[in-house]
Amino acid sequence: MLLNLFNEMRAAKVPVSLRELLDLINALKHNIVFADMDEFYYLSRAILVKDERHYDKFDRAFAAYLKGIENLDQHIEALIPDEWLRREFERSLSPEEREQIKSLGGLDKLIEAFKERLEEQKAKHKGGNKWIGTGGTSPFGSGGYNPEGFRLGNDGERQGKAVKVWEQRDYKDLDDQVEIGTRNIKVALRRLRKFARQGAEDEFDLSGTIDHTARDGGLLSIQMRPERRNTVKLLILFDIGGSMDAHIKVCEELFSACRTEFKHMEYYYFHNFIYEGLWKNNSRRFEQRTATLDVLHTYGADYKVIFVGDAAMSPYEVAQPGGSVEHWNDEAGYVWMQRFTQKFKKIIWLNPYPKKTWDYTQSISMIRELVEDRMYPLTVEGLEEGMRYLAK
Amino acid sequence: MKFSGTQSYVATDDLKLAVNAAITLERPLLVKGEPGTGKTMLAEQLAESFGARLITWHIKSTTKAHQGLYEYDAVSRLRDSQLNSEKVHDVRNYINKGKLWEAFEADERVVLLIDEIDKADIEFPNDLLQEIDKMEFYVYETDETIKAKHRPIIIITSNNEKELPDAFLRRCFFHYIAFPDRTTLQRIVDVHYPNISQSLVSEALDVFFDVRKVPGLKKKPSTSELVDWLKLLMADNIGEAVLRERDVTKAIPPLAGALVKNEQDVMLLERLAFMSRRNR
Repeated sequence: MLLNLFNEMRAAKVPVSLRELLDLINALKHNIVFADMDEFYYLSRAILVKDERHYDKFDRAFAAYLKGIENLDQHIEALIPDEWLRREFERSLSPEEREQIKSLGGLDKLIEAFKERLEEQKAKHKGGNKWIGTGGTSPFGSGGYNPEGFRLGNDGERQGKAVKVWEQRDYKDLDDQVEIGTRNIKVALRRLRKFARQGAEDEFDLSGTIDHTARDGGLLSIQMRPERRNTVKLLILFDIGGSMDAHIKVCEELFSACRTEFKHMEYYYFHNFIYEGLWKNNSRRFEQRTATLDVLHTYGADYKVIFVGDAAMSPYEVAQPGGSVEHWNDEAGYVWMQRFTQKFKKIIWLNPYPKKTWDYTQSISMIRELVEDRMYPLTVEGLEEGMRYLAK
Repeated sequence: MKFSGTQSYVATDDLKLAVNAAITLERPLLVKGEPGTGKTMLAEQLAESFGARLITWHIKSTTKAHQGLYEYDAVSRLRDSQLNSEKVHDVRNYINKGKLWEAFEADERVVLLIDEIDKADIEFPNDLLQEIDKMEFYVYETDETIKAKHRPIIIITSNNEKELPDAFLRRCFFHYIAFPDRTTLQRIVDVHYPNISQSLVSEALDVFFDVRKVPGLKKKPSTSELVDWLKLLMADNIGEAVLRERDVTKAIPPLAGALVKNEQDVMLLERLAFMSRRNR
């Protein structure tokens, strides 16, 4: 039972397992909902989906499941014989209405005439008194007035046959492929944790105290130890200006998340690719530069390095001396990158463009090689993968 | 027992259904949503509507799962032993019961609220799996197993700061409280302020949705901010006429400090108002 729904969910990549299906069947057994599609939708959503990221996929899978059922509906209608329907119809009429039908020659004649008229009419029609349509006085159609007629279609216009809840796609934005926000970034960054006990001893050490006390023959001897801290050191280099202007928001979020997560974080800016100078203040980038060699020498090899940039530029900017667009660089960009990879053990590159577009730009492939394929997209998933690599 | 909202809490249909499903099938209900949409209030109102006691366990970032069960106060015992107190001989004197223990031992069915479970360490929910599933746990110090007499109704709220582990999610039902639409907001306002003038409410709702639509807001105002703001407006006797002229000469809506809680957001609003005035 409900196996079709289950299969649709799995096809849409909503993480459901047998446990959830059994729970849903159990819930139906307890009669929590009955014969109401909206309620069934809410119930199955509460039981099958455990995170709002999957709500959109769930909505789509549910709609697909219903379409399968609707096809079934049509078959069922075809199976119900006409006679039966007609008799039901007649029974629902009042005596006066039956009189009027007789005056038109009986129900059968009426239906015949309707079929003929339907074939003659080609287009939707309103008002008037011959054709089938709405709001008129013809005996056929809906919303009109003719005692001998019968109704076709809904009341008046097709007004607000409510769009079903799952067709509204309210939760599209919560899909984790789409959104990245500071909090999500922080969660991803939390993977990069290496705790160590450093600094002043200001935390009570229970096991140490017990140990020492026991050794002292029962005289209480308090031991303290320093608190656990995240000692990861991060050096983060942002590509700024030009084509990266489109990604300012996400870079800002990444930056502020990194700032709060990591105690030792240093940042610098570069433009397009790294050359001999980096800067901290973009408006002063020609006056107040820091030599890249200084950066390479100041920070120890245990710093983790993250480059954030779109890596999209002309290949000359990477491969040739003098290739840089802003100034003359004596050494090619890749030479500097090699210095980085030789000095620092862990380097990754975060690219705000989606992974499937990377193969179309030559510079991206070149840079990917330089960082040993450690290029990750700037989404929550990519960030988590990157952090996992850096943490190893 | 069915839950259908109370006098002071408006519950949407899907929420009611999720709560009833969780109660009938005796599973914990995990509730997520934007801050200020009434997650904690849900548990309080649930307890009220069933007339059950509410036990709240506020999770902090330093909370360990064990603290919800019990805490063994070893240091007091050590100190007492040095003072030669009589209490020392029985371990039970030093076991402080946690919230889960209270909920399990209660003589009637209670509502247990585990608030903001995502604040704790990332492995915290995994430490509670057996307790949630079987409603029992083992006390190592006194060698007894505490089983729940009546299965408590467990409501767990999360602010989505961390991902919750899968094994934990499998054992719960889940509901996301979406930000209410205009009609629901209207009802919520009516429930809180039954005597408020309707025209003031509709003008205020217009302003509220406009502010929510401003792109780039760091924190969008939510339900609780709206309720507070209305209270301030009424307290200051600010009428709907003042609200209506908002986009002409006024910089930002009056008493906007109740709506936007971030100085960057306030500056953003002022800048937008300034720019729109310049464009006239």
